[in-house]
Amino acid sequence: MTDPALPQGVERREISGTRRLATRGDPVYGEPTDGEWRAWNPQRSKLGAMLASGMDTGLEGGETERVLYLGAASGTTVSHVADFAGPTYAVEFAPRPTRDLLSVVDSRPRLFPLLKDARKPETYAHVVEADVDVIVQDVATRGQARVALENRRFLADDGRLLLAIKARSEDVTRDPDDVFADVLADLEGGDESEGGYEVLETQRLDEYHVDHLGVVARPR
Amino acid sequence: MTDTDGWFADATRDDEEGLAAAVREGSATEPRDWPREAVEAGFAADEDEYYDTLHAATTAATHAAVTELEQADDRQLVHAVRAMDDCRRTANELAERLAEWAGTVDSEAASGIEYARDLAASGRLEGEPGAKPITSLAARVVDLADEADDLREYVERQTPAAAPNLAALAGPVLAARLISLAGGLESLAKKPSGTVQVLGAEDALFAHLRGHASSPKHGIIYTHDAVRGTRSEDRGSASRALAGKLSIAARVDHYSGDYRPELEAELVERIETIQARAEGGGGDDAETGGETDD
Ligand SMILES: C[S@@+](CC[C@H](N)C(=O)[O-])C[C@H]1O[C@@H](n2cnc3c(N)ncnc32)[C@H](O)[C@@H]1O
Repeated sequence: MTDPALPQGVERREISGTRRLATRGDPVYGEPTDGEWRAWNPQRSKLGAMLASGMDTGLEGGETERVLYLGAASGTTVSHVADFAGPTYAVEFAPRPTRDLLSVVDSRPRLFPLLKDARKPETYAHVVEADVDVIVQDVATRGQARVALENRRFLADDGRLLLAIKARSEDVTRDPDDVFADVLADLEGGDESEGGYEVLETQRLDEYHVDHLGVVARPR
Repeated sequence: MTDTDGWFADATRDDEEGLAAAVREGSATEPRDWPREAVEAGFAADEDEYYDTLHAATTAATHAAVTELEQADDRQLVHAVRAMDDCRRTANELAERLAEWAGTVDSEAASGIEYARDLAASGRLEGEPGAKPITSLAARVVDLADEADDLREYVERQTPAAAPNLAALAGPVLAARLISLAGGLESLAKKPSGTVQVLGAEDALFAHLRGHASSPKHGIIYTHDAVRGTRSEDRGSASRALAGKLSIAARVDHYSGDYRPELEAELVERIETIQARAEGGGGDDAETGGETDD
């Protein structure tokens, strides 16, 4: 397996006797640390799993990289993103995890929490800037392709969509492979006005997350 | 603010409240290069200052929104759903009283809210003895029924915010009733599913304990389609399965607040399996084969 370069600010480091992905920042979820580095647990993070399994995410890192994160929950993954990237917009619509997200945001001045519904981008398009470099999406809800298509308006033409598809969120009774095929077809289709995505790479994340597919795509 | 303005359009940088409100309530059809526009408009000196202000405004807005939604949660719901039931019950009781009274002068008198609505609107008892107080009572019945409807709407709007999974599985009103019967979301989350199964059946339970009746299989959850739509031999299993899923939903709502659509799908699947027993005896259904029914 060739290992595409990790984004600047993400390293494989030995922490508590194991080599792990790590970023620099305040610990968030009880992860082991080493000095200012904190381990990024791919079992708890789909983006972490995509990086750990060597997917070419196109992430560069650095303070000019702008990210829109959909489905931030209590901030496990988005905290790592804010550690290595620049301005990061974190959208989550459930109040309880968002309460925890607020403490993650305290020590991260370029992480912006938004209690909004990712299916309604008009409710945050007055806040989130145009042409972000990356959209990370982990909403685990029915209609995952639609969420990605609706939010395409935020993404730069050469930007990347990093999507984790959870099969069971679409339909618990169907074979995950069929569900993935449908979601990917919807992504590539898109609707006239929105345009779709071109899928660059997919990989099952089962080693870390059962019945999840990691997807790297770019606007078409 | 219009549909093409950024969140910073109508306030100055020191107007923290105004900015937080704009983040919460504003909208735009398309995003734009807000950092650059804000600097050009003189809102912020440079991008750094812009992002610092954005951080403060989004944090304040999100904090306020979360607090509001959390307060709108279980305690408010408990009162609202109880008030709704009180209004409904009182409206029905008064409608019966009204029917008796109006029956003395109106040959078409009937019990029920619809009759009260009709009487209050038409004023057709005019000239009859007691017309004035009877019509006025009818108007009060209508008001109470309308109040119950408004409260129901409130419950339907608030329950999904307070308990998204429970609302999805039980429907918002039944979800609110379960929270109310348990005395709050936290205590519902801590109850074993066997208790959830008989919540609201306390009267029946006490009758059983005193030796008057058979053990109740289900409490208020009997109003759920999963139980009502199942033939009576299998209702025990259906209500046990439903109570199990509702308990999980209440725990997820209380402890994490994430919405997990798969819970609903799992419930549907489980109930379909139970209902399928009616046809062909469910011989092909290994999962439920070992289960013992009451
Ligand atoms: C699997 S969790 C995300 C975990 C998170 N990405 C992490 O790795 O730390 C999915 C989240 O998406 C949120 N979600 C689901 N539908 C959403 C929507 N329409 N808008 C915003 N958030 C949504 C859920 O509330 C939940 O917190």
